[in-house]
Amino acid sequence: MPRRDDLRKILLIGSGPIVIGQACEFDYSGTQACKALREEGYEVVLVNSNPATIMTDPALADRTYIEPLTWEVVAKVIERERPCALLPTLGGQTGLNVAMDLHRNGVLQQYGVEMIGAKPDVINKAEDRDLFKQAMDKIGLSVCKGQVVRSIEQARQVLAQIGLPAVVRPSFTLGGSGSAIAYNRDEFDALVLNGLTQSPIHEVLLEESIIGWKEYEMEVMRDLDDNVVIICSIENFDPMGVHTGDSITVAPAQTLTDKEYQMMRDASLRVIREIGVETGGSNIQFAINPRDGRMIVIEMNPRVSRSSALASKATGFPIAKIAAKLAVGYRLWELPNDITRKTKACFEPTIDYVVTKIPRFAFEKFPEADPTLTTQMKSVGETMAIGRTFKESFQKALRGLEVGAFGFGCDGKDLWGTDRQPDEETIRSKLAVPNADRVFYLRYAIKFGMSLEEIYRITAIDPWFLDQLFQLVELEDQIQAVGSLDAISKELLLRAKRCGFSDRQLAKLLGSDEMEVRQRRKSLGVITTFKSVDTCAAEFEAYTPYYYSTYESEDETPPKLIDKKRVMILGGGPNRIGQGIEFDYCCCHASFALREMGIQSVMVNSNPETVSTDYDTSDLLFFEPLTTEDVLNICDRIQPDGVIVQFGGQTPLNLARALHSAGVPIIGTSVDTIEAAEDREKFQQLLIELNLKQPANAIARTMDQARKEAQKVGFPALVRPSFVLGGRAMEICYDQSQFERFVAEAFVVAQGQPVLIDRFLEDATEVDVDALSDGENVVIMGIMEHIEEAGVHSGDSACCIPPFNLTQDVLSDIRSATIAMAKRLRVVGLMNVQFAVKFEDGKMNVYVLEVNPRASRTVPFVAKATGVPVAKYAAKVMAGMTIKELGVESEPIPRHVSIKESVFPFRKFAGVDIVLGPEMRSTGEVMGVSERFSIAFAKSQLAAGVVLPLEGNVFLSLASRQRGGVEEMAKSLHQLGYKILATAGTATEIERCGVPVERVKKLAEGHPNLIDYLKNGDVKLIINTPSGKGARTDEGRIRAAAVQHGVPCITTLAAAGAAIRAMEALRREELTVLSLQERFA
Amino acid sequence: MESRAKLALENGVVFEGISIGASGEVDGEVVFNTSMTGYQEILTDPSYRGQIVTMTYPEIGNYGVNTEDLESTKPQVAGFIVREESRIHSNFRAQGTMRDYFIKHGVVAIAEIDTRSLVRQIRNVGALKGILSTTDMDNASLIAKAKASPGLVGRDLVREVVPESARQWNESLHPIDRMFVERSSEAQATAPHIVCLDFGMKWNIARHLRDRGNRVTILPGTCTADDVLKLNPDGVFLSNGPGDPEPLEYAISTIRQLLGKKPIFGICLGHQLLSLACGAKTFKLKFGHRGANQPVINEETGKVEITAQNHGFAVEEASLPSDLKITHRNLNDNTIAGVRHKKLPAFSVQYHPEASSGPHDSHYLFDEFQKSLTKS
Repeated sequence: MPRRDDLRKILLIGSGPIVIGQACEFDYSGTQACKALREEGYEVVLVNSNPATIMTDPALADRTYIEPLTWEVVAKVIERERPCALLPTLGGQTGLNVAMDLHRNGVLQQYGVEMIGAKPDVINKAEDRDLFKQAMDKIGLSVCKGQVVRSIEQARQVLAQIGLPAVVRPSFTLGGSGSAIAYNRDEFDALVLNGLTQSPIHEVLLEESIIGWKEYEMEVMRDLDDNVVIICSIENFDPMGVHTGDSITVAPAQTLTDKEYQMMRDASLRVIREIGVETGGSNIQFAINPRDGRMIVIEMNPRVSRSSALASKATGFPIAKIAAKLAVGYRLWELPNDITRKTKACFEPTIDYVVTKIPRFAFEKFPEADPTLTTQMKSVGETMAIGRTFKESFQKALRGLEVGAFGFGCDGKDLWGTDRQPDEETIRSKLAVPNADRVFYLRYAIKFGMSLEEIYRITAIDPWFLDQLFQLVELEDQIQAVGSLDAISKELLLRAKRCGFSDRQLAKLLGSDEMEVRQRRKSLGVITTFKSVDTCAAEFEAYTPYYYSTYESEDETPPKLIDKKRVMILGGGPNRIGQGIEFDYCCCHASFALREMGIQSVMVNSNPETVSTDYDTSDLLFFEPLTTEDVLNICDRIQPDGVIVQFGGQTPLNLARALHSAGVPIIGTSVDTIEAAEDREKFQQLLIELNLKQPANAIARTMDQARKEAQKVGFPALVRPSFVLGGRAMEICYDQSQFERFVAEAFVVAQGQPVLIDRFLEDATEVDVDALSDGENVVIMGIMEHIEEAGVHSGDSACCIPPFNLTQDVLSDIRSATIAMAKRLRVVGLMNVQFAVKFEDGKMNVYVLEVNPRASRTVPFVAKATGVPVAKYAAKVMAGMTIKELGVESEPIPRHVSIKESVFPFRKFAGVDIVLGPEMRSTGEVMGVSERFSIAFAKSQLAAGVVLPLEGNVFLSLASRQRGGVEEMAKSLHQLGYKILATAGTATEIERCGVPVERVKKLAEGHPNLIDYLKNGDVKLIINTPSGKGARTDEGRIRAAAVQHGVPCITTLAAAGAAIRAMEALRREELTVLSLQERFA
Repeated sequence: MESRAKLALENGVVFEGISIGASGEVDGEVVFNTSMTGYQEILTDPSYRGQIVTMTYPEIGNYGVNTEDLESTKPQVAGFIVREESRIHSNFRAQGTMRDYFIKHGVVAIAEIDTRSLVRQIRNVGALKGILSTTDMDNASLIAKAKASPGLVGRDLVREVVPESARQWNESLHPIDRMFVERSSEAQATAPHIVCLDFGMKWNIARHLRDRGNRVTILPGTCTADDVLKLNPDGVFLSNGPGDPEPLEYAISTIRQLLGKKPIFGICLGHQLLSLACGAKTFKLKFGHRGANQPVINEETGKVEITAQNHGFAVEEASLPSDLKITHRNLNDNTIAGVRHKKLPAFSVQYHPEASSGPHDSHYLFDEFQKSLTKS
């Protein structure tokens, strides 16, 4: 059956902001789906609140709505657009939940919208634990013993049947949020109560523990004729007990015989048929008892998932694209396999390499959070690597993680042989309790002399994986025994490279340096080869240019075309806080721009979630770690005419100097300029020459120097390490004791680089500016006024285009300063400037805080707010076009208001204080658009999951130095009909203004205190500006409790003001929706 | 220090790796299999007689070997090639390492060569004759021996693997394979009787026939029609087996005599022999189909099954007599994957519904055969 002709317009729902458990993978799947459906001639209507995505580019859908993902708002889109069908399976759990809400509230029925791909009853059957268990029983599959409960009393009864340890899983939460293992009754009670609160339907599943069982995933596809294929099997390195998103995972399955594999395959087919997912991809998880092979089904996702993205990148099979085509009626065998062209999509990919995925964590940003890995996902990103063997792919993945490791030890991160070498007790505990560093402690255990059997006993990691690690350590010892680079044989060097050892590791083992090792190995003929990812293990010729490096005898990369230039784009690697999808957006646009110019685009990246690692985004794709060595190896082979380092965030910038020194042609802003902007002294000189202001500042390489400089700079002072993105270890110090503590910390994070000290401008307004420059001309692309005052990291604050409060004089100062700096730095490409505007001495002063001559994370927001493809222009400029040739004449100033709001992972880290500061902690962003500021802000809050109340109690608590703002705020809230709650200090202040207030006890004063109000649902909004910080303070506990109870908590005066404006507007009028295409028409 | 091994091809290419099996020297046709699991079933599949098999999946030996996953008494391949050998085995059913198994059974095997490069050569130029040696390290000598290797075309390899005498088969499917099977494997006194012509039959076929409650008798593929008819079976099964079907005149003639007298079902070589017996011709594929991911479309239902395949020859469509109807096609290259006689109770498939190794999508064919039996 070919495509359905009865459908004309199809609605797609995206997954919203990047959060833990839901990242770029749904941009990847949604983008593929948009392309696939439009290719078939369907009109696509897309709703997503996340402006940083490729999918929300107006060019990708017919109608793009950047609107909050609630069923009420999407219903408005449906009302306007009248789509024939809704495809709910490509927008992650968020998309699925919104679709189900639309169904439950009768919207789909009302407007006659058909759900395609998976019907509501199917989704329900897969997601409802009871229904799923019944279904599994029916087809003879075992599931974990357990039961759904809705109260603590019921939970205690179930515990009697399943025993401890028990797994507690709240229903319908993202990334298994709230899931954990209880080892005793107290823990059990706490987890159940927490889970009941977190679950949107107040339901918790209790299960027998199968910790230590082998864990597998199967990616399955089905069409309307019931043809089912397995795309990929995945085996978890970390056994059951660690969320699969937090586990190291390997494709394909490594330790199953064919009989067991086929049993799992048969089970997968039965599951997808019984649940009834009509078309598209599903992901099914299994556990196998390593002692007797007993298999149980863990769960099924009736949609494309994070693992689907991984499976797509691991095999080359475009799951999301095919899923979209199946949803509109195609049969698997009617669709071509793009990679081989000759064969069909109806087959099971077979691979001739090993894929390893390693998650990336951000516990350093949340020191108060529990870093134990459990069944609730905590990682913020992941990297994937491909090698011909597990050993090779594993070591490549470790260096792709960009955490300072260059493989399995023998690098700068390696503690073995240093004075920080862990002792046996530490090793044992780090092995026993899963944690982000466990993989490195496995090596320490081997180095320490623990046997494979013993490590297995402690970790339950399959002996096959452990033996692979032993092999690596044995080889490491063998290399070290050689003693010097001159003495190493070609054979041993080749063996090391074939096992994934990096030149850096070899340098450390042989007492040499990376470049010497590189030269030596090349002179011995130990040279990287590149092989294709082709879905078929070379059985058919591949037409897709998707490669990975290895050390073999044959290379498969195509020769360079004489009449075509090649330009390489370096991606951003694994997502982390401070560097995520925004940079992938930029990289993809760079690729699109180059292709438009007739230049061959070459993408290098290691993040499987991304659009940039889709094989049809670029002309050539290299799925490789972003290290100097790996990039140079690709350059050696493909001889690029230019390399773009501006678009991938800090990752490629960190490589720029080494690549430049090795003769790689870096295009756009020169490496010298990039460094000059980071170099305090040079930059200060430049500002003086341009007659621009900067807060008093200093640079220190030692603690003593820092103390001396602090006296000149004065307090409050901002300290931070240089060359670090996302404000890591950045703190504001109000006095000497804070200063001592934070500077010491900054030196640790700086890893040998200096620490920067700035005078902190209190109560200043922060402004971000993005500008495009070709070296001659400069055009400003967007001026963003922050909502929160300076001091909150720019990545964490909300901001608005166009500016809402700045005077024309200030704006003109900002514009001329930006242009002057861009010209002076001879920027070619993008530049981002952060300004602070402070009212001093009777006038507004504009200070330059920071200049980054590269694409910043604001670029996609600017593009969506203005309708101008900023990143694309920048890439074209770097490739040699002038601004004039591009026809970009003036700064785009939109008529409507766009507000970006940040989204935080606090719910995943129970107890963490949520106060915003100079260290970035948000994982994603949303955008609210309207004609007016108030509504745009309201939408941005709604999109970020902050439900501003239309009535009810508001708790006000302002730091003493901010009490001045209380009068206006209290009066507005009172006038709007909200009841105000406050503790003594603030309450007295409010009463003084003549506004009624209900006094609430402080936590120490007994009950009822605010936490009781929170628990009882008696407070709808908290406005709490901090006087102190930390999870142990009273206010810290209140803020953390607010997060746990899902009550919005605003921590700055500025944001509170904006929120009150938004609440006022929301009470007055209905939200309306409008597509980007209409706005920019 | 690992001992060296070399693989030389008739086109002059030599790969050097390490020996992971018995020492010695073997020649044969070099072929590749794209299954990611099931190396032990592949090793012991008699259809690989005369062939040196390379696995495209690089990590082999991970789950060791056992005495349950066998398709015949011993390894049948001429030689074995992998990219990376696992030195340990990790599986609850494992009984030993792959290397010990090779050494015990005298299998010459090589590891650590660029198997993908080897596969690409086979894909580009077609099946290649080759030699695998741990004793001769002289490239010129090895290439000469590879060229002199007889190859498969026109050879009767079946005679090397047929059983010496008739026997009863009593083994059912493995418990793991029976996991989703809802039938009793007990044979009734009145059970249908199936006679298998064994040309190198994989044991899992016999297990499937037995698992459906049949009495199963296995006769050497070299037997006559009279030998079969004397047993008065309710159905005749034609097995898989190695090499070129055309030289097997004896088998073709036997089948021709059985056609119409008894319901017939053939798999792989059995499918080619049935087609030949009906008047079709076979031809050698460029490099064959060997793997567990081959899509086959059932022309009668329009549904696709993912199948295990292992064949270097196929039935030529142009030569198909009007009596035979094409029931299945390989989706990758459109070659014939199954035929049915329009008037007589006989059908066959080019692929392996018994799987082992491979997917279980095509088990229904055994049920179809079951329904066609005289006494069923």
